Amino acid sequence: MFEQDRIRNFSIIAHIDHGKSTLADRIIEMTGLLTNREMQSQVLDNMELERERGITIKSQAVRTVYTARDGNEYIFNLIDTPGHVDFNYEVSRSLAACDGAVLVVDAAQGIEAQTLANVYLAIDNNLEVIPVINKVDLPSADPEHVIAEIEDIIGIEASDAPRISAKMGINIEDVLEAIVKKVPAPKGNRDNPLQALIFDSLYDSYRGVIVFVRIREGTVKKGSNILMMATKAYYEVVEVGYFGAGRFIQCDELSPGMVGYITASIKNVKDTRVGDTITDADNPCEKALPGYKKVTPMVYCGLYPADGAKYNDLRDALEKLQLNDASLFYEPETSLALGFGFRCGFLGLLHLEIIQERLEREYKLDLVTTAPGVVYKVYKTDGSVIELTNPSNLPEPTEIEHMEEPVVSAEIMLTKEFVGSIMNLCQERRGIYISMEYIEENRALLKYDLPLNEIIYDFFDALKSRSRGYASLDYEIKGYQPSKLQKLDILINKEEVDALSFIVHADSAYERGRKMCEKLKDEIPRHLFEIPIQAAIGGKVIARETVKAVRKDVLAKCYGGDISRKRKLLEKQKEGKKRMRQIGSVEIPQKAFMSVLKLDDE
Amino acid sequence: MDKKKKLELYIHIPFCESKCRYCDFLSASADSGTYRAYVDKLVDEIRAQGGNYTDYQINTVFIGGGTPSILPGVYISNLMSAVYENFVVEASAEISIECNPGTLDAQKLEYFKQSGINRISLGLQSTVDKELENLGRIHTYEKFLESYQLVREAGFHNVNIDLMSGLPYQTLESWKSTLKNVVRLKPEHISAYSLIIEEGTEFAEIYTKEEGKKLLPSESDERKMYKMTADFLQRFGYERYEISNYARAGFQSIHNTGYWTGAEYLGMGLGASSYVFKRRFHVEKDIKKYMKIDFKNDITPLYQDIQELTLEDEMSEFMFLGLRMMKGVSGAEFLSRFDYNIYNVFGEAIQRNKDLGLLVNDGSNIRLTPRGIDLSNRVMSDFLLN
Repeated sequence: MFEQDRIRNFSIIAHIDHGKSTLADRIIEMTGLLTNREMQSQVLDNMELERERGITIKSQAVRTVYTARDGNEYIFNLIDTPGHVDFNYEVSRSLAACDGAVLVVDAAQGIEAQTLANVYLAIDNNLEVIPVINKVDLPSADPEHVIAEIEDIIGIEASDAPRISAKMGINIEDVLEAIVKKVPAPKGNRDNPLQALIFDSLYDSYRGVIVFVRIREGTVKKGSNILMMATKAYYEVVEVGYFGAGRFIQCDELSPGMVGYITASIKNVKDTRVGDTITDADNPCEKALPGYKKVTPMVYCGLYPADGAKYNDLRDALEKLQLNDASLFYEPETSLALGFGFRCGFLGLLHLEIIQERLEREYKLDLVTTAPGVVYKVYKTDGSVIELTNPSNLPEPTEIEHMEEPVVSAEIMLTKEFVGSIMNLCQERRGIYISMEYIEENRALLKYDLPLNEIIYDFFDALKSRSRGYASLDYEIKGYQPSKLQKLDILINKEEVDALSFIVHADSAYERGRKMCEKLKDEIPRHLFEIPIQAAIGGKVIARETVKAVRKDVLAKCYGGDISRKRKLLEKQKEGKKRMRQIGSVEIPQKAFMSVLKLDDE
Repeated sequence: MDKKKKLELYIHIPFCESKCRYCDFLSASADSGTYRAYVDKLVDEIRAQGGNYTDYQINTVFIGGGTPSILPGVYISNLMSAVYENFVVEASAEISIECNPGTLDAQKLEYFKQSGINRISLGLQSTVDKELENLGRIHTYEKFLESYQLVREAGFHNVNIDLMSGLPYQTLESWKSTLKNVVRLKPEHISAYSLIIEEGTEFAEIYTKEEGKKLLPSESDERKMYKMTADFLQRFGYERYEISNYARAGFQSIHNTGYWTGAEYLGMGLGASSYVFKRRFHVEKDIKKYMKIDFKNDITPLYQDIQELTLEDEMSEFMFLGLRMMKGVSGAEFLSRFDYNIYNVFGEAIQRNKDLGLLVNDGSNIRLTPRGIDLSNRVMSDFLLN
């Protein structure tokens, strides 16, 4: 068993593309646990999807052994963190499992808002932050400038920060030595009652839930009775161990400072919430570790199988995904337009997109997604309150006293030249200006309160395009505020299409309605008759477009007897018909339901 | 007694002086060396094929393109000689060649005549030079008139003129003038198609964009032109026998009618399509590969996309091709051909389209209504089985 003072628990924090995964690869490589041949690129990101998106979704940990220049062997537990604001809470819990954080900053691009947000999370969790300047091999690298920036903005000493190139393998050892010297050894006493922080979990069909923990106090071993303090679930431990690269290695016990896993025939990931504290059921600790929050979905949408017969397949797939993702919520719902499906809740839009893609890719499901919305609070005249996740369930206007919508505190970091256009963007999205500070001559940190429903659609895209990619965003939920909200209904050929209804602020209702109609006009194919498309609020039509009746639909001459080509064209037409949803006598292509999600093209 | 089955021949010449901007057929410009090498190859193909069709006799030959008339006349007579030597050609066979105005002279027409060609198809498209120029045609209306004159002087009594409506810059007036001019010439046959912007053509790049669409006749004008065509030509004694084809009595094209009524045909030359032995297939479309085929020994690389037609396929084709004919499809013929009642197979599709006003049943035949003609795609796709 290793001595506690030879353990170093740390994570790497960085902005997307600043080289976190590459550095992790190098650390694992240099500590010799894997041969070069075994080395897949980017060992930590092992989900196919993550690799393509270049971001990390599920946090993972890896244990390696490093022989330092002082001749001693140290255990490194590298805990990976997700890199997106949707997963802010998960990041904070992963950091809470560490004693130090390696801050990777791109030598050319400097600090970004997301980096800053994660650094603050690390400091909040009392981590020692070790700055590292990456990509010094780039021609545009300016390490001295970036070091000054780190010292100015974050206020930590950075003059001796390793100047590395993770990609080229330059000066990686300096990082390893800095970890040994600067990350404090874990505290904790093995004689105290067990106190273990859950920072992730994974469902395995043989072992049940595998709980990822950091031991703060006490020990845990096979046969221990454990209690999850927030969910009040009891289990008997079946196995404990730690993380080899890509595999689980069983051991006798986990002691203070160790990062490892526990299995206990746990059937439901819901019992093992990230941030919860595990203690010994027979000798419980006094208090749970601080910082636990029950994660609630912030964004909801309807997911429907394109082929109604695949409803059960969709349910099974959601069930499986939920085993590994406690923050995914779903319940059955029915739409007149789309048939049977599920109302699903997500942490944010990225989370939604990831789930949607996994359903399509891993489960080969063809999906129709309705417009994502947030959770509104509807205060009714009878004094009751509804948490509204599906616009169709909005009560009659006469029954509504008032409504509230969620608001986020947003921090946007950007260069000076874009301040004007980004402030305009926030203004357009009903943002309330809070403050702006120049953190150095050319860079500003802009703070706004923004309604969540204004940023879930395409705020990121707009932000990027209006700042030529130079602005970055971080946000957290602030709370609810009263708002003038209305339900916008879409009528196609005079029939209301429930799947297209959504909640909108009164001031932008007309604009949204008009854009919806325009977009749908382009998406709905021409029929034998004219089709009016109307946007309405409370029965009053506020916008209208018309899909004209089709006049001509003919094939080219079949020249030289090329009938096969003609048949193919007809088959294509027939296939197209199959992918339509019948609403009254109108056939609506499934992609029409989704294309209306992105209305704000400039 | 003659028990031989009938077979149509199609011979493809993939060369043009220059590619028209709307054209998506298999054709390109080439030099005279390529012409010669290609025709030699094609003669090899004709020789290699003849032996496979000894129990057939040829009732039509169509030399199409591209622009077959771009070739020296002697090449055409070489090709036809190969046909006569290797196939049994009926004495009364309809033998057509596609010609472009400006590529004909008296000598070339004499070669055609000597080769047994008895039908000339001239691609005119429009009598308005501005419209022609925009199409990328190589000729003017005047040039066409010279060619037409030559054709008549050479003694051809069965002439088709190809026209196109719905062209960029075309107006109702200009289309009417085109129709008038053509009718005055009294051709035996007129093909009048409405322009379709095909993917991958130069036209697609221009006229599918917002700016480009403005240069096309409005949708309602385009349909008016189409109706004007039918009214006008029928008034002048041309019978509309197919959606886009008109003929004076006795001059309906046997070859094209074959395509729509399930006749067997053999295509030879680059990319040419065939329908024989209940199979559809086509010749290699890459000219480099085609030129390397050794017809004297191994012709296996010749055919591609061989598709065995099932009974369902054949029934679908019977419908979607047959509906192009103005007389429509006959339930009695369907029964005798497939041994199924047409309503048992297609009853639902027929009824739905009748309800929508796109089909009528006039007792023995089912055919498209005028609105059904405008929307023929929708009707026909309902007749695909599976």
